[in-house]
Amino acid sequence: MKKSTSTWLKAILPLIIFIGFVALLMSGIGKNPRLIPSPLIGKPAPDFALPSLHDPKRIIRKQDLLGQYYLLNVWGSWCPSCRVEHPMVSQLASSGLIPVYGLNWKDEPENAKAWLQQFGDPYADILVDYEGRTAIDFGVYGAPESFIIDKKGIIRHKVVGEITPQVVQNELIPLIRILDAES
Amino acid sequence: MLAEIGQFLLGLALLTALCLSIIPLLGYFLKRKDWLLLARPLAYLLFILVFGAFLSLVWLFVVQDFSVAYVWRNSNTLLPLRYRISAVWGAHEGSMLLWVTIQALWVALVARFSQSLSHDRIGRVLAVLGWVSLGFLAFVVFTSNPFERLFPIPAEGVDLNPLLQDIGLIIHPPILYAGYVGLSVPYAIAIAALLGGDLDEKWIRWSRPWTNAAWAFLTLGIVLGSWWAYYELGWGGWWFWDPVENASFMPWLAATALIHVQAVSERRNAFRGWTVLLSILVFSLSVLGTFLVRSGILTSVHAFASDPERGTFVLALLGFYTGGGLLLYALRAHRIRSEPGFELSSRETLLLANSLIFLVATLTVLLGTLFPLVFDAFGKKISVGPPYFGLMFFLIMVPMVVLLPLGVMMRWHRDSFRRVIRLLLPPFVLTTVLTVIVWWLLNPLPLKALAGVYGGIWLLVNTLFAIFTEKGTLTRARLGMHLAHLGVAFFVFGVSMTEHTDFEKDLLMNPGESATFKGYTFTFEGVRRKRVENYLAEEGTFKVYQDNQLITILHPQKREYPRQQKPMTEAAIDPGVMRDIYISLGEQLNDQGGWSVRIYIKPFIRWMWGGGLLMMLGGLLAATDRRYKRHATAESRHLADQWLENNAQPISAGTTSKA
Repeated sequence: MKKSTSTWLKAILPLIIFIGFVALLMSGIGKNPRLIPSPLIGKPAPDFALPSLHDPKRIIRKQDLLGQYYLLNVWGSWCPSCRVEHPMVSQLASSGLIPVYGLNWKDEPENAKAWLQQFGDPYADILVDYEGRTAIDFGVYGAPESFIIDKKGIIRHKVVGEITPQVVQNELIPLIRILDAES
Repeated sequence: MLAEIGQFLLGLALLTALCLSIIPLLGYFLKRKDWLLLARPLAYLLFILVFGAFLSLVWLFVVQDFSVAYVWRNSNTLLPLRYRISAVWGAHEGSMLLWVTIQALWVALVARFSQSLSHDRIGRVLAVLGWVSLGFLAFVVFTSNPFERLFPIPAEGVDLNPLLQDIGLIIHPPILYAGYVGLSVPYAIAIAALLGGDLDEKWIRWSRPWTNAAWAFLTLGIVLGSWWAYYELGWGGWWFWDPVENASFMPWLAATALIHVQAVSERRNAFRGWTVLLSILVFSLSVLGTFLVRSGILTSVHAFASDPERGTFVLALLGFYTGGGLLLYALRAHRIRSEPGFELSSRETLLLANSLIFLVATLTVLLGTLFPLVFDAFGKKISVGPPYFGLMFFLIMVPMVVLLPLGVMMRWHRDSFRRVIRLLLPPFVLTTVLTVIVWWLLNPLPLKALAGVYGGIWLLVNTLFAIFTEKGTLTRARLGMHLAHLGVAFFVFGVSMTEHTDFEKDLLMNPGESATFKGYTFTFEGVRRKRVENYLAEEGTFKVYQDNQLITILHPQKREYPRQQKPMTEAAIDPGVMRDIYISLGEQLNDQGGWSVRIYIKPFIRWMWGGGLLMMLGGLLAATDRRYKRHATAESRHLADQWLENNAQPISAGTTSKA
């Protein structure tokens, strides 16, 4: 019967719309960013001029860091996953494989310092992005994220999420070899 | 030790919620009255346990137990007692605990004030509320435990965000949450009715006061939030369309639609399914909202990503409550019968239009809030800020304002547009005259402001007109409605004036200097330092003159909290019926004591909040209408108990006929 089909459709329609909405949330927010490479890879890192965490009067610019390749680790004391990856970041920094800089993102400096005191400070230097502007330029979408930037200031790689031993083995070390060979 | 007690109470509460969500339902389906009767005691027990856990956390803050990580992060020894208590809900874990505490309070209230409902009905409602408690208690216990210990024990805590060290933040979240979680009651009622397949006008009539009360709390919470942002952020704004604000606004808009649809479905057998769907939507939005706020969006727009565990949990809960509700709706929709017996020119049509307008508004805000999140995920940056919302809202609210008096005047079932338009003619003429007068008094006014003034007066005149014609026959519900509509009138007028005729000036002022504009003279007397409680303040002194008469002395502050690096701006405000004078300090600019100063004059801004308060009062007044108490007849209870007995054991026809 025609009437019953339309009633049936009316009954099921809200559920279908909702499933679509949840699918959008899950695909849009949960997974894709890890799969889609940043459009910034291979392009020069955006300019920045940010105060250092330990000495707010000192401004660190992009130019100051040219001439070496380094890893820029975006973190915040409010971010639980940063705590998870922190031992790996520390290990990476102390291994001397690559200099590690921190980008303290949308954080109260006081909280950031307390956090570092508790978990250790492996960073060569920490840039404070209180407003989150630089993070937007970098296309940061959540913490933690890490960028590898080469001698010429070009973004070569982006890690979305925690740095794990696998990431170091499979992504970072091969890239560091290439960067070493380039110089 | 206390932390462990709190933890233990939470665990017990989780178990109780589990029992509450299962036993009465089993009782319903297996026709066991004794199991159904367990619902009320379980509801009370749930509240006692959760409240106990909440008090433990409060006490941990009072005695400053820094061995608890949450206390350590959000408090320190300098923090005054009142902020130590409000720090309980100053960050994620504690505010989630407050959320479940208030939810448990609503559950207990529903259990207490439901004498009119039969056991099978109240058992179902409380069971559904039990699911809600269960989900959120699990969220607290498994992902956001406020009682987690810290080792080694730090000697000093970090601090409570100074923005939150304010009276506004002490009262704003509990009231807002009371609104959010209160909306779980109409949801539970709708689901309970779907479960039994017995959606009738009694269910809806019973749902109305709860919906009204929750809506009133939500209104008050939003007004308080707006007022807090106005004086605490120092930007002179009262609404920023940021995700946190939108999160509370979306359920409000949807609940407004629900209230109006309920007005139809309670009296007439129409829009029943629509009522159920809106009830589900409203609660879903408040779940979504709670988490947009509470999964870290305050620090980051990237809430779901920054904590995958919590984000996933949220989506699971949302999927369960909303998806489950809608699935049930799909299965039971054929049992909801609505008679399509009304004509185009009737109050039903206009109330339907109302719900559609508010639904469109809700979706507009939802889109604007989620778009940046979704686009972000694809590596694109887009921003839909105040320009988008401002324009969209203006367009959506125009038909609302125009049609509102029509909806009030129109008769149920069948009326003629011609009759109502003829009725509206005198108010229309009066509105036009009054608008011309206002325009002449306040000239110059931009076109948009003029449109708003016209709309505000249109609503005011019509509502007063309606009260006048109905006087003598006004019920509380009807009066509450008119009061809320008056609130809309004041709100529309206030917003239009504030938004389009406000005045803002940035100045460099040296001590002793004066500046004059808009008829006010501001004399800057310099800045001095002083120590207050747990902060240092640089306090400016401004004398404000009008017609050479001193009208007020204002003291805006820059505050420094020792444990925080960023100074806080504390604006000084001279509130007034016709205008606010608002001064905030910027930076010291030279050695002569010169400061950058920002001065605002905000016309009629109080009218806007006043409008919100009127809406709230209207909602509460309507909730106390006699009609909702009167239908509490012993008869309905008796009938339902008989139903249980009938189904529990084979009985003779004689018992049924006795009813």
